[in-house]
Amino acid sequence: MKREIPMIIAGTVGVVLIIQYFIPAEPFGTLNDVFSDWFSIIQASAIWLGALNLIKVAGDKIYRRHKDWPYAAIIIASFLVMVIIGFFFSGGRRFLDPGTPFSQLYDYVYSPLTAMMFALLAFFVASASYRAFRARTREATVLLLAAFLVMLGRVPLGDMLTGWLPKWLHMSEIASWIMNIPNIAGQRAIMIGIALGTVSTSLRLILGIERSYLGGE
Amino acid sequence: MSTIGIWVGALLTLGILSFLYKDNPFYKLSESIFLGISAGYWFVSLYYQSLLPRLFDNLGVTKLMGASKTDGALQSLFVHGRWDPNIWYLVAGALGIMMLLRLVPKVGWISRWPLAFVVGTTAGLYFTRYLASNALSQIHATLKDFIVFGQPGFVGWANLNNLILLVGVISGLAYFYFSKEHKGIVGGAAKIGIYFLMVTFGASFGYTVMSRMSLLIGRLDFLYGTWLGLLR
Amino acid sequence: MAEQKEVGFWNSLMRIDRRIIFLFIFVAISVPMFLQINLKIPTSPEVESLVATLDKLPDGARVLVSLDYDPGSEPELQPMAETFFGYALRRKFKVIVIGLWPQGPIQAERAKPIAERQVGRQFEYGIDYVNLGYQAGNELVIQRMGSSIPQTFPVDYFGKPVADFPMMQGVTNFSNIDYVFNLSAGYPGTVEWVLFAVDRFNIVLGAGNTAVQAPQVYPYLGKQLKGILGGMKGGAEFEILTGLPGRAVKYMTGQTFAHTIIVLFIIMANIAYFTTRKKEQGGLS
Repeated sequence: MKREIPMIIAGTVGVVLIIQYFIPAEPFGTLNDVFSDWFSIIQASAIWLGALNLIKVAGDKIYRRHKDWPYAAIIIASFLVMVIIGFFFSGGRRFLDPGTPFSQLYDYVYSPLTAMMFALLAFFVASASYRAFRARTREATVLLLAAFLVMLGRVPLGDMLTGWLPKWLHMSEIASWIMNIPNIAGQRAIMIGIALGTVSTSLRLILGIERSYLGGE
Repeated sequence: MSTIGIWVGALLTLGILSFLYKDNPFYKLSESIFLGISAGYWFVSLYYQSLLPRLFDNLGVTKLMGASKTDGALQSLFVHGRWDPNIWYLVAGALGIMMLLRLVPKVGWISRWPLAFVVGTTAGLYFTRYLASNALSQIHATLKDFIVFGQPGFVGWANLNNLILLVGVISGLAYFYFSKEHKGIVGGAAKIGIYFLMVTFGASFGYTVMSRMSLLIGRLDFLYGTWLGLLR
Repeated sequence: MAEQKEVGFWNSLMRIDRRIIFLFIFVAISVPMFLQINLKIPTSPEVESLVATLDKLPDGARVLVSLDYDPGSEPELQPMAETFFGYALRRKFKVIVIGLWPQGPIQAERAKPIAERQVGRQFEYGIDYVNLGYQAGNELVIQRMGSSIPQTFPVDYFGKPVADFPMMQGVTNFSNIDYVFNLSAGYPGTVEWVLFAVDRFNIVLGAGNTAVQAPQVYPYLGKQLKGILGGMKGGAEFEILTGLPGRAVKYMTGQTFAHTIIVLFIIMANIAYFTTRKKEQGGLS
């Protein structure tokens, strides 16, 4: 039963949503709305689960005196600070009003940290370009050339270098062409391939052939 | 407050940046704060923006707890004897609790129910949407809806470009078609396909570099401008 | 002997410490921040098409703005949000803000005052601007909005009932929205808006994307997507075409330097690679 009920749920919901696409009439229209509402609540719970799980893992680290346990304690402390300030010191539903302590934590702690975490990748992209980007084969050379033309054509430098040529040979024109013709062709091929894969996987999930999401046992 | 705030933001930014030299306690401290604060942010946000207005208000749990004057589905049904479709949120709430029970080892298996619901919903929606938008519409756009921006230059050579596009899509698909050995016509097409894909990956790489550099520019603008006040 | 020395140089270039590369990048981006260079920024057809679609909308049109990103993509997408709000103020659009990412609606609140300062006019909350906040559910939120926007977003970002706002009177679903502008950093984002709103409910969509995501949404250009702002460059073009120059234009100098140094790095590394390989092969034969 631990496997059968989930399979029935997935199959039924899947079939209903496929039917409602073709027949939006009742009861499928209402079912579609109700399922969408449920989905939102489940997703919210799943995000709560993720946050709580992080705290559980950090708690385990402290309990086992893992070598990084002080950092685990900082994770829990920062979580608690955000949660306590959010729930009790930021005006309830108006927690996001400008100037609330929660809003300030967003602006001065969460925002710079998130931004810097992503910005760090700039350095690694640069170092990876230097180390791994070699024109070893004909294919690699094409890749490299496309990257060059796009990188230079998308900034003013490209046109400064090619400004003396006819307009259609300006680097910005060439970059636009790459993006709009060969890039779309390649992306479309990938997109169509993935779409067909998604369709078959969806069907396998709905029919209960694909069950890996149920885990072991 | 904002001055202290900017200093805190700047120090944490430097903490993350210090990872470039090597992994160090300052980085680890900033990273741990990042993890905890992020989790806390999502936790509170999801409650106030999703769970509270959609689940608790709609059901009437908020009124039950004395935190609101507005009736919900529970009050409609049990006090006024009126049917309220929002009562269906009871199921959503139950599924949500089942999801959270994953944290309890003995009953964790019950979280497969909401998970199955998510899988079923996604599969049902994707089945039709991906087929229509990402397969059929794309084939349609390649064959009929030619992209013409009326621009002079490269982009303006509409007919030649349409042909290149068509060849690119077909040969690209041939490359991904593994049911037949890449020999003969299929093999030739696949070979052309590789080149199109290489241009695509090259363009994506160029754009990735662009993206990452932009993010760093934003951060340095914060450090030099907002924090140190060195920029005009 | 001289040849050996030369190979030694290229060899050491191949094994350069990555921290030196990091330093180069740091300097290459830092220096132009202090320079006042005005570069001519060429515009591209996909941005022109987005602005042309906006220009065709009537004054006072009702537009939905979905901000699907977090501070991690702030430098790329925030300038686009600021410019869009500025443009909307000038055209007296009625702007409904939502977010499929919980951080999106906050980013909107941060962009709004900047646009108001630039244009010299303010949005009147509830009359020509409302922030409906975030809802969990990814593409299901879009799907749900197709049948009812007020049921999907019962309260706004500040916790007030949506039905109370004058500009929300008569708004039931996408059929009451003239245009959707999406700023997207990944999933859920532009792809979901195309799949679940454009192709299902026939909305008109324009999108601003992080440069990482932009190439993947190009195939939708045309019938499914009326224009793309790709990364900071797209943002800069948007600022130029709408006549509202802002941060993206300012950052373009740094962007140019950064691209140049990456291209130089790749060229240098390739020269080093081929020089050392040739010598090694020569030595073996």
